[in-house]
Amino acid sequence: MAVAEARFAIAHQAPRSRLHSAVRAAAPKLTAVAVLLAVWQLVVILHLRPGYLVPGPRDVWSTFAEQWREGHVLGAVWTSLSRSAVGFAIAVLIGTPLGLLMARVALVRLAAGSLVAALQSLPSVVWVVPGLLLLGPSPSTILFVVVMGAAPSVALGLAQAVEQTPPLLVDVGRAAGARGLALYRHVLLPAAFPGYVAGLRQAWSFAWRSLMAAELITQSADLGLGLGQLLDSGRQTLDMSLSITAILLILAVGVAVDALVFSPLSRGVNRRRGLLEVRTS
Amino acid sequence: MSGALARRQGAAAVTPWTAWPDPPAIRLDEVRRVFGSGAHAVAALDGVSLAVGLGEFVCVVGGSGCGKSTLLSLIAGLDRPTSGRVEVDGGRPALMFQDAGLLPWLTVAGNVELPMRLRGARRGDCAAEVDRLLRLVRLDGAAPRRPHQLSGGMRQRVALARALAQRSEVLLMDEPFAAVDAITRDLLHEDLARIATETAITVVLVTHDVREAVRLGDRVVLLSSRPGRVAEEFDVDLPRPRRSDDPAVATLSQRITARLREEVARHGRG
Repeated sequence: MAVAEARFAIAHQAPRSRLHSAVRAAAPKLTAVAVLLAVWQLVVILHLRPGYLVPGPRDVWSTFAEQWREGHVLGAVWTSLSRSAVGFAIAVLIGTPLGLLMARVALVRLAAGSLVAALQSLPSVVWVVPGLLLLGPSPSTILFVVVMGAAPSVALGLAQAVEQTPPLLVDVGRAAGARGLALYRHVLLPAAFPGYVAGLRQAWSFAWRSLMAAELITQSADLGLGLGQLLDSGRQTLDMSLSITAILLILAVGVAVDALVFSPLSRGVNRRRGLLEVRTS
Repeated sequence: MSGALARRQGAAAVTPWTAWPDPPAIRLDEVRRVFGSGAHAVAALDGVSLAVGLGEFVCVVGGSGCGKSTLLSLIAGLDRPTSGRVEVDGGRPALMFQDAGLLPWLTVAGNVELPMRLRGARRGDCAAEVDRLLRLVRLDGAAPRRPHQLSGGMRQRVALARALAQRSEVLLMDEPFAAVDAITRDLLHEDLARIATETAITVVLVTHDVREAVRLGDRVVLLSSRPGRVAEEFDVDLPRPRRSDDPAVATLSQRITARLREEVARHGRG
């Protein structure tokens, strides 16, 4: 009897389950944000540090509103976003053929493989110094750092994905008559696509980090105002409120690009192949 | 009438390949395949000679590790013999594995189309042929579905359609039904037997299931283990269509199984 009732209840829940699950998914996150804001406000109230060093959420909000009115917010977001997009695109253009060569040519794999893997673990902020020395405080320096930060992930993601193609699928392709480039076109590259997308996703996150490092350090009047420069102007004017505003914007853009571009892309790819996706969002 | 078709009707007697009326579709001559080298060398196959006639359905049985799959790889051209000769007529053989190995990014139609596209056909050019093959394996209407939406038996049907799309004269099958349930396997046997007769394709099927071999094959080849060689051949002169529970199938299966047990016991391993 109880079982029958439970089933009945489940059947009735089905039509609104979509909204229900959306609320369910969002609730813990909203709670976490609320707790964070509350703790922040508490620290402000306790007055552990002078007010100008620990601005409250409301101060930050008014700084944000002020920056917004002056057009700095959209301007800085646009500047940074377009820089990272160009750098990311160049990284894809360099990393993709490099990854292909690493997958296809044993000599390239042996020669460049570990080097590229090492580059990936090198914090890309180090490239700011050679960039500045070679190119000066110019947009090229910033692009250089972004590309150096992102390209290894693209190349490694693709090379590893090709390498990890199930041997059975390779056998199937070869048995069906695929040789050389045809095997790449019909089997290896499609099989590697989810791994390639994962590499792109990581490359984007590296590009964004590299860009912030580059913008924070590279100073010049003609560089324009990116989010990194906005953050640095907070440092120079001892404006904690402005600094926090910039940090939150940097965070928001990074999350938004992943959520709007890469997350749907990889979900779509995996769903079509019937791959189980670990729910991280 | 070709010798193979005569065999299929149960008319021909055992014929050594040297005296085969038609040139055989597959011929293995003293084939030896050794893995590793020096003290660790293991002969998977040693002195295997075998001929398969055009349109013949041959089942290869043997204990685990007897080199059945190695034999198939050699015929498929995916591997080369250490010594001896492997000759296959009619171009590259089509191949089916225990796992269907469907490409997960393609639909059912896309998978069946693959061999045609590799021959240079454009996407969509072969829709009629894909439809015909899907009807042949009784999967009409499944064309737009994705591999992960199919059952294990349906996946093997798609793999069979894809193998046939290759238009090879030879179809090699490596334990293709080992991973499906008994009822599904029975239905797949029925369809495979029908398709093999309709298309007159030459089939070499490797299995550890003796009944499956007797139900499907014109001939059953028993391989011995370590090293693998042909221990004995059994002609299956039974009328078709056959069923696994036909008394005659059961009787011959028991005979072959007894012989197989001897072979396996002789090597002290299962």
